[in-house]
Amino acid sequence: MLTKRIIPCLDIKDGRTVKGTNFIELRDAGDPVELAMRYCEEGADELVFLDITATTEKRKTLANLVREIATHINIPFTVGGGINTVEDVSILLENGADKISINTSAVKKPGLINELAKNFGSQCIVVAIDTKKIDSNWKVVTHGGRNATSLLTVDWAKEITQRGAGEILLTSMENDGTKAGFAIDITKDVSKSVAVPVIASGGAGNMKHFAEIFQQANADAALAASIFHFKEIAIPDLKRYLSSQQIPVRV
Amino acid sequence: MNTVIIKYNSGNIQSVQFALQRIGVNAVVTDDMEKIKSADKVIFPGVGEASSAMNFLKERKLNELIISLQQPVLGICLGMQLLCKHSEENDTDCLGIFETVMVKKFDPTEANLKIPQIGWNNIHHLQSPLFNLIPADSYCYFVHSYYAEKSQHTIATTEYGVTYSAAIQKNNFYGVQFHPEKSAVVGEQLLKNFLAI
Repeated sequence: MLTKRIIPCLDIKDGRTVKGTNFIELRDAGDPVELAMRYCEEGADELVFLDITATTEKRKTLANLVREIATHINIPFTVGGGINTVEDVSILLENGADKISINTSAVKKPGLINELAKNFGSQCIVVAIDTKKIDSNWKVVTHGGRNATSLLTVDWAKEITQRGAGEILLTSMENDGTKAGFAIDITKDVSKSVAVPVIASGGAGNMKHFAEIFQQANADAALAASIFHFKEIAIPDLKRYLSSQQIPVRV
Repeated sequence: MNTVIIKYNSGNIQSVQFALQRIGVNAVVTDDMEKIKSADKVIFPGVGEASSAMNFLKERKLNELIISLQQPVLGICLGMQLLCKHSEENDTDCLGIFETVMVKKFDPTEANLKIPQIGWNNIHHLQSPLFNLIPADSYCYFVHSYYAEKSQHTIATTEYGVTYSAAIQKNNFYGVQFHPEKSAVVGEQLLKNFLAI
């Protein structure tokens, strides 16, 4: 049976993980490769690396890091952050990324999704949607939630799927950082509206939140960052818990 | 031992090479006919679209080379599908080593079936040295919208809406639908097993 996926997310800046971690036994908590390997051993199903570097050297640094990750880890990983062109994607995939994720650039230029799907196949194109409830409607926001758009989240989810997105990474800016649980309503609506897998993100605070997003919203995967980095939830414990709730997970 | 990975217009070739490195094997990625022919083991990976991959292979006469290989060959994902007779993906005639096996699309009308299938699913009815030391029902990582139907060549099955071939074998040709290079320790064991055949 296809299992629900647990995906730790690592924020990368200048080749290092940021926000820090609480893995005190790691030699260097800022080393993304070391942290990634740790998550692999613990049973993470996939990893996401979001690059927030804003320098001109970015492309080269990131390509080297991706290669380093691909050399060391034996599970799939997605790379996102500032991807704007076919060439950007080509470099990341050539260096061993399994999937790439685009967000703001897809909103600015939706044709990019078609272009990427045509060149590389839908299976490696993740489109990330940041969403926020504005006047009681869930709308798409960009630039890390700072810019609102007029796009309705469900409409946008359908459009990106038609354009060739193979997966949707849905982050609720309402819930992100609150530790009060994932956004069940919009995740459910998106999951119902599209045929591709949906990764829920934003708001995970305890193990029950993961069970809820899988059982109530039919998310295919759940992503979180700080609760894993700071060991508030250990992945093996989380998987045992989900399994006890009759949620299929890889243990 | 000399292991080659066939280079063509497909993704994830690098990942296979990295995975082999992790188990201590240096494989050559090449489209050189002689190097492929003289290799001890050949890996035919692939992520992508069937018709463009077949066209690429034909342009370089790699199609003729692949079907003539005598040493153990492992097709992965699209590589495995291309070893079959025909794929519903853009109505593509494939290499036909598995001369009766058809590649079909998952049924999009089936409720709750997300397409592509992305993630970890378990493999059943393991019947090949390829699965030595791999426990029944182990989890492997799959990413695909098309599948090889069950046949007399099936050596492992998986369920996703239908029961289909997770792995197939005929003579020296092996194929796996999942990605051993991304399937953690299970995948590493499978690659070791293939190299030990």
